[in-house]
Amino acid sequence: MEKILLLETGETFYGEAFGATKEVIGEVVFSTGMTGYQESLTDQSYNGQMLTFTFPLIGNYGVNADDFESVDPTVKAIICREVARFPSNWRSKMSLDEFLVEYDIPGIKHIDTRQLTKTIRSHGTMKASLLNEGTDIEAALATLRATDLPTNQVAQVSTKTRYVNPNAGKNVVVVDFGLKHSILRELNKRECNVTVVPYDTTAQEILRLAPDGVMLTNGPGDPTSIPEALDMINEIQGKIPLFGICLGHQLLCLANGGETFKMKFGHRGFNHPVREIATGRIDFTSQNHGYAVDADSLVHTDLEITHIEINDETVEGVRHKTLPAFSVQYHPDAAPGPHDADHLFDRFIELMDNNKNLEGTI
Amino acid sequence: MPKRTDIHKIMVIGSGPIIIGQAAEFDYAGTQACLSLREEGYEVVLVNSNPATIMTDTEIADKVYIEPITLEFVSRILRKERPDAILPTLGGQTGLNMAIELANDGILDELGIQLLGTKLSAIDQAEDRDLFRNLMRELNEPVPESDIVHTVDEALAFAEQAGYPVIVRPAFTMGGTGGGICNDPAELREIVAKGLKLSPVNQCLIEISIAGYKEIEYEVMRDSADNALVVCNMENFDPVGIHTGDSIVFAPTLTLTDHENQMLRDASLKIIRTLGIEGGCNVQLALDPNSFNYYVIEVNPRVSRSSALASKATGYPIAKIAAKIAVGLTLDEMINPVTGTTLAEFEPALDYVVAKIPRWPFDKFEKGDRQLGTQMKATGEVMAIGTNLEEALLKAVRSLEIGAEHMAKTASREADEVTLIDKITRAQDDRIFYLAEALRRGYTIEQLHDMTKINLYFLDVLMHIVELENTLEANKEDVAVLKEAKRYGFSDLAISRLWENDLADVRDLRAANGIRPVYKTVDTCAAEFESNTPYYYSTYSADNESMPSDKKTVLVLGSGPIRIGQGVEFDYTTVHSVKAIQQAGYEAIIMNNNPETVSTDFSISDKLYFEPLTLEDVLHVIDLEQPEGVIVQFGGQTAINLAEPLHALGIPILGTTVEDLDRAEDRDLFEQALTDLGIPQPEGFTAMSVEDTLQIPSKIGYPVLVRPSYVLGGRGMEIVDNDADLRSYMEDAMIASPDRPILIDHYVVGTEVEVDAICDGENVLIPGIMEHIERSGVHSGDSMAVYPSQSLSDEVKATIVDYTERLSFGLNCLGMMNIQFIVQDGQVYVIEVNPRASRTVPFLSKVTGIPMAQVATRAILGESIIDQGYQPGLYAEGNMVHVKAPVFSFTKLNLVDPQLGPEMKSTGEVMGSDINLQKALYKAFAGSNIHVNDFGNVLFTITKADVAESLALAQRFRQIGFSVMVTGDMQAEFEAAGIDTVAVTSNEVTDEKEIEQTLVNLITEERAQIIINTWGRARHDQNSGQLIRKAAIERGVPLLTSIDTAEAILYVLEDRGFQINALV
Repeated sequence: MEKILLLETGETFYGEAFGATKEVIGEVVFSTGMTGYQESLTDQSYNGQMLTFTFPLIGNYGVNADDFESVDPTVKAIICREVARFPSNWRSKMSLDEFLVEYDIPGIKHIDTRQLTKTIRSHGTMKASLLNEGTDIEAALATLRATDLPTNQVAQVSTKTRYVNPNAGKNVVVVDFGLKHSILRELNKRECNVTVVPYDTTAQEILRLAPDGVMLTNGPGDPTSIPEALDMINEIQGKIPLFGICLGHQLLCLANGGETFKMKFGHRGFNHPVREIATGRIDFTSQNHGYAVDADSLVHTDLEITHIEINDETVEGVRHKTLPAFSVQYHPDAAPGPHDADHLFDRFIELMDNNKNLEGTI
Repeated sequence: MPKRTDIHKIMVIGSGPIIIGQAAEFDYAGTQACLSLREEGYEVVLVNSNPATIMTDTEIADKVYIEPITLEFVSRILRKERPDAILPTLGGQTGLNMAIELANDGILDELGIQLLGTKLSAIDQAEDRDLFRNLMRELNEPVPESDIVHTVDEALAFAEQAGYPVIVRPAFTMGGTGGGICNDPAELREIVAKGLKLSPVNQCLIEISIAGYKEIEYEVMRDSADNALVVCNMENFDPVGIHTGDSIVFAPTLTLTDHENQMLRDASLKIIRTLGIEGGCNVQLALDPNSFNYYVIEVNPRVSRSSALASKATGYPIAKIAAKIAVGLTLDEMINPVTGTTLAEFEPALDYVVAKIPRWPFDKFEKGDRQLGTQMKATGEVMAIGTNLEEALLKAVRSLEIGAEHMAKTASREADEVTLIDKITRAQDDRIFYLAEALRRGYTIEQLHDMTKINLYFLDVLMHIVELENTLEANKEDVAVLKEAKRYGFSDLAISRLWENDLADVRDLRAANGIRPVYKTVDTCAAEFESNTPYYYSTYSADNESMPSDKKTVLVLGSGPIRIGQGVEFDYTTVHSVKAIQQAGYEAIIMNNNPETVSTDFSISDKLYFEPLTLEDVLHVIDLEQPEGVIVQFGGQTAINLAEPLHALGIPILGTTVEDLDRAEDRDLFEQALTDLGIPQPEGFTAMSVEDTLQIPSKIGYPVLVRPSYVLGGRGMEIVDNDADLRSYMEDAMIASPDRPILIDHYVVGTEVEVDAICDGENVLIPGIMEHIERSGVHSGDSMAVYPSQSLSDEVKATIVDYTERLSFGLNCLGMMNIQFIVQDGQVYVIEVNPRASRTVPFLSKVTGIPMAQVATRAILGESIIDQGYQPGLYAEGNMVHVKAPVFSFTKLNLVDPQLGPEMKSTGEVMGSDINLQKALYKAFAGSNIHVNDFGNVLFTITKADVAESLALAQRFRQIGFSVMVTGDMQAEFEAAGIDTVAVTSNEVTDEKEIEQTLVNLITEERAQIIINTWGRARHDQNSGQLIRKAAIERGVPLLTSIDTAEAILYVLEDRGFQINALV
């Protein structure tokens, strides 16, 4: 069946349908990762977005039971060049097509994804419609242009109730803005006793759990659309060590008086080199963000920039000058992508240890 | 960290002659490295014995030494030049081994010379199997259970305990030389014995077989600040068990989940960091297809064939960056040369898929052992880029130039069931064609997977191709189906065969429906950043990124994969042609498909199209670019073969016209031309049948030289001296190619002479006359060539110049021409004309200083030889003597007879230059790794015909103190001539096999130091002496199958020693 990708600019891409057959509207973005489509499309940070894979062969190793980053993926659509006819991997449980049908996610394939990527690169991320054969393009374009994309994405993907991921180590409260399971895996690996709480949990509720540390997770959308989180962060900061990832990083910056902006086409992929300013160490990082922290806005705050992307020099990490709080724009939890930065979880553990020792001396 | 200022002068060691396992990739790496170091302001001294390389051009380094890469000569150069440092990691295993030898010798310490790139300890840790395994254990990285053995018994004991099959890998050998998989004690005994001999440290690794695992490679880089990254990962189509150089390889990995990919990436980075390599490194891993278990198989602490492939596959220039890292620069302070905007500290993201297929020499070595295993056998490779795997694979297949325009060969099509299954289960070079054929015949991908362990995803790609074939067949001339087939890489030719119509019909149908490829950029970043790299590949899609230039352009066709008869020389000429085109004010466009070479470095030309060199693919580029014309003279036979079909479609061929090319290549037209020009040639005829042929010797007399027309490197050429052999030859030839005429010439015995000439239409420049050491009968590519000629009279030279001029004008040559002569008793015959650049162009260019391919290109573009500053006629000869010597890869090719003859067998060449012939020969032998003892036993195993000449040689060997060994039947004649000999076989034994076995034992026991063997030249007994030759190759004893080469060695030995004469 023919499928049509209609961009806000009026440009159309004719391809073939796969996955679910419905029509959708979303924001079209691209990722340059060459593996990890399963992790990406289950990453809630892609909520509401149509994800283009620049690597042309997708679905080669099928979909397995282990590599999910969320239970109910909310990516709007998948855009590919080729989809494997015969996935092959020992862990594969189903094909990509079967997976998308099961989770009601539509896909389009056989389009010139490089051309689409270049379009996004030059025009910036934009709205798009994924349409079925025979749809009136003119009307669809009018609808598309008139549509406002939702801003309550975090509310959509965050857990509605708190839950526990028990272990014997430190008590960590994870504030779920759209968390990737890999964050839980990394904390679990370090024996953290984790309580995951909804994004709008108050500071009091969190403090009542007597955490050793609080993790602010990744999540979709514009950080300024969840001001309620800022109050929570401000109250916790200084009392409990904080570690923010991705959206969590942006929220930490906003809470401290920084500002964020929408990037032209964001960072999505695994090959973004990030330098730790203090040591010069460079990690290749897994990234998925459309907003970034404005470096200039941090000048008069209590935050200092600790990490930058070496090519565009955007802010990739900050820490509080005096309080135990730090955050990074990228995913040290990887999945998909390189493990180069997983030492940051160790740093979080150390921060909690130091803080405990400090309390002990007082 | 900024670059180092404590060093100023750096020596780069090249990789020497092209052999299997070490090919043009090191010309590419070395050239990049030298230029990269000079860019940073360092003075570069280069040493490489291989003249057929771009890296030995004087523009590449400040000082270029074309000298043998041996301790003796490199030490001399070090003492003279006193460099501050050596960069040994870009010259393959040869460069690395040389560095180790220099360090062990103490000269580096003595002269205070540092090694850059990789520390000696790291080289040892990566290359010494024992140290390597210990290191892996420390890192907690799994390696297959294995043992280091120094004797056959140790190997047997290990296998007894660990279980068969086991893999044997000799230490410190290139391309896995001498290794193999052993299924039982008998095989193990044989392979270990051979491996121990081949290993310079008499050491073999023996390990449990993990055949069936996925074979994965990571190309990693690291700098002095410990920044490390993966440039590219690759997955082999063939599971573990076949040498990666002999495997079909895809980039990036295709069947690994992110979890698996990151796990192996972590391991690779951990290894390069631990080894402390500053530069590039290759890590080979084996991954269990059914669990997360993996093993580290091998680490190459240097730039390798895989890194050349990774560079071309991603655009990321590994060697160039590695050289800069070696002098202290770090990845985060260098710009990624592809984007020009981002930093080199970057892991490329591909938005296409790459397929590499090796090119094997079995089209020439029909009797060679085609079984693939841990010993690499390919001479070269092709690479193709597509946006789906079907497209990449089919493009790669048609780049191979093996007569397969699609995933099929005549032999695979016609194979019976037994052959089919055999070809699938016992992997040979052509397995992929049989896999496709099996699918056509109804086998399932699961069945094939069970037989081969090849991943089902890959097999399904073949299945898809077969399904598309069926769809095409069922829907003749259907536009939608055509579109689909083109999108998955089908050639017009393949489609027209399935549609049973004319190629032109398919082309027209495409044109009428606007079905044509677009060109996409290789940019390292999947279009995330802007990039203006002029590096393109075709695919069937919407958006074309290659914009034709508004300047005038010229298209140069490259020479495709390296094979015997068409080596790196043609890449050299291609690159030079490009330079000249640019100097003449045009933009130069290159089309080529060889990932190993300099010509496919995107910085060489104004535009690079990495594409198959077939008519269709070339036409697509021409349609888009509309060049002024196409230059075909520099890409060997590959490019020349495209001239006629391009011309037929109205595409201008620059230089000698197609009609005149044909007059040189078509036998009858050529004979006519020679007759018209009054130039003598050996009498000869063309025959189309066995009966025709047998009439011919009565007219011209035996011996005769027989060969098929239009072939490369003397393939199928033989000297025959009787009717029975002639009949047998013809019968074979008619089966091989029934429609091709056979050429039969009188075989003139004489001195072979070769000339390369440049003609601008008005004048002819003859840079030099080369004389061959071996008389006619040995292929010119396998002969030693000497410049200037040492034995020709001025009169003969004048005749040669005269004939060359007559031929140039007579055949309306515009550009280059190569002519081969035979001189017999002062009479000069012309035996062959190649209306194109030949394999001797780089050699002659280097020794005369005339950039011949450039001069020829400018002549083609209209600039006269005189305007270029050259006088017509024979260029003045210098005072030095230069020898070009062939280099062979017989140790890698089981069952290939090392006997030299009219068919070319060498894979590479070296050059030796000095003030006289003897010294130049010495260097040529040293460079080609023929080391002759000053004393010992010389064994003569010769035919009756060679006795007279052998006596004279034996006499001279005795004179310098050698003992002469002969077979019993020859002893009387030698003794009669007053030469004392040792008879090594008994006259009472008449069984040839027994005699041969006695000689083999003698060689195996290393009782002979030089072996002269001329048995088996005639067709009826061509196996005769083969065991002797094989034994000599295996034991590394100098083997001379031509009396002339033996005499050349004798010159060297005589010259090397002092005279020992008693008083008279």
